Amino acid sequence: MSTAATAATSKDKLNIAGRAFSSRLIIGTGKYRSYDQMRSAHDASGAEMVTVAVRRVPLDRSSESFLDHLNPSLHILPNTAGCYTAEDAIRTARLAREALQTDLVKLEVIGDQTTLFPDNEQTLEAARVLVKEGFVVLPYFNDDLIMAKKLLDAGCAAIMPLAAPIGSGLGVQNPANLRIMREQLPDATMIVDAGVGTASDAAIAMELGADGVLMNTAIAAAEDPAQMATAMKLAIEAGRLAYLAGRMPKRLYASASSPLQGVIK
Amino acid sequence: MKVYVNGESKDLSGTSSLAELITQLDLPAARIAIELNREVVRRNDWGSTMLQDDDRIEIVHFVGGG
Repeated sequence: MSTAATAATSKDKLNIAGRAFSSRLIIGTGKYRSYDQMRSAHDASGAEMVTVAVRRVPLDRSSESFLDHLNPSLHILPNTAGCYTAEDAIRTARLAREALQTDLVKLEVIGDQTTLFPDNEQTLEAARVLVKEGFVVLPYFNDDLIMAKKLLDAGCAAIMPLAAPIGSGLGVQNPANLRIMREQLPDATMIVDAGVGTASDAAIAMELGADGVLMNTAIAAAEDPAQMATAMKLAIEAGRLAYLAGRMPKRLYASASSPLQGVIK
Repeated sequence: MKVYVNGESKDLSGTSSLAELITQLDLPAARIAIELNREVVRRNDWGSTMLQDDDRIEIVHFVGGG
């Protein structure tokens, strides 16, 4: 990277509720084949925040603390994955806050087992309650401008529209919706959450104006998670720089790059 | 006294507090959280929170997720 580009990115931070992050990549902790593999992927990604899930402690066997396997410098973002009602998501968020002493929560209220699409109505209801209780709410939701506005009105610290179904790796399915949200909500922190499959998907999300990308399976299920984590880091930086640079207008026909005059006869 | 911990019924001898329950279950106390009848009980209150028959307790920790 050139000195100018480095200087530009070192000042260009992801902002979440007044907290600045140098990395625009947030990654998950699920589905890795080993703790070592997870840790090397986390290190390679440069991410400063990772998501974790809240579950019942098994009573029939001793369980080591999963959190001990995370790099202690990482910010931990607990999620409410697996919740199908606002009430369960609220209870899960409260438990996470008590255990971790963090006000951050990735709010996720699922509406359907096959698609894992969010239940936007329950998500909004939970967001309203959690914001009142002082949480920094980062909601996963369908890529819908009106819902985004309602979540921001409710006091959410960011909006996290999906690119595609969770774990699908399909990439950004509706780029127009992300562009519209970016244009209509220029001041909102927009993090594309779920559905990214490979580096180009992350770059596309960033080129569309996302402030960050949250992903899990794309890295964890890659043949070499650490290498994919590096690819994602670079893709997000590249996509961000391209967005800031302002791309050329698209045109249907060619426009010669070399002068038309002076060609030998 | 019978209580339900994470959906499983547990017979406890005599009255016991949430803190005693954690010890009895041999759970690590760090970075877990407890709900008693759907309300979070703050860590500082585990010792003074006495359990009653048919209480429903959820004890959670963290696992990998996205």
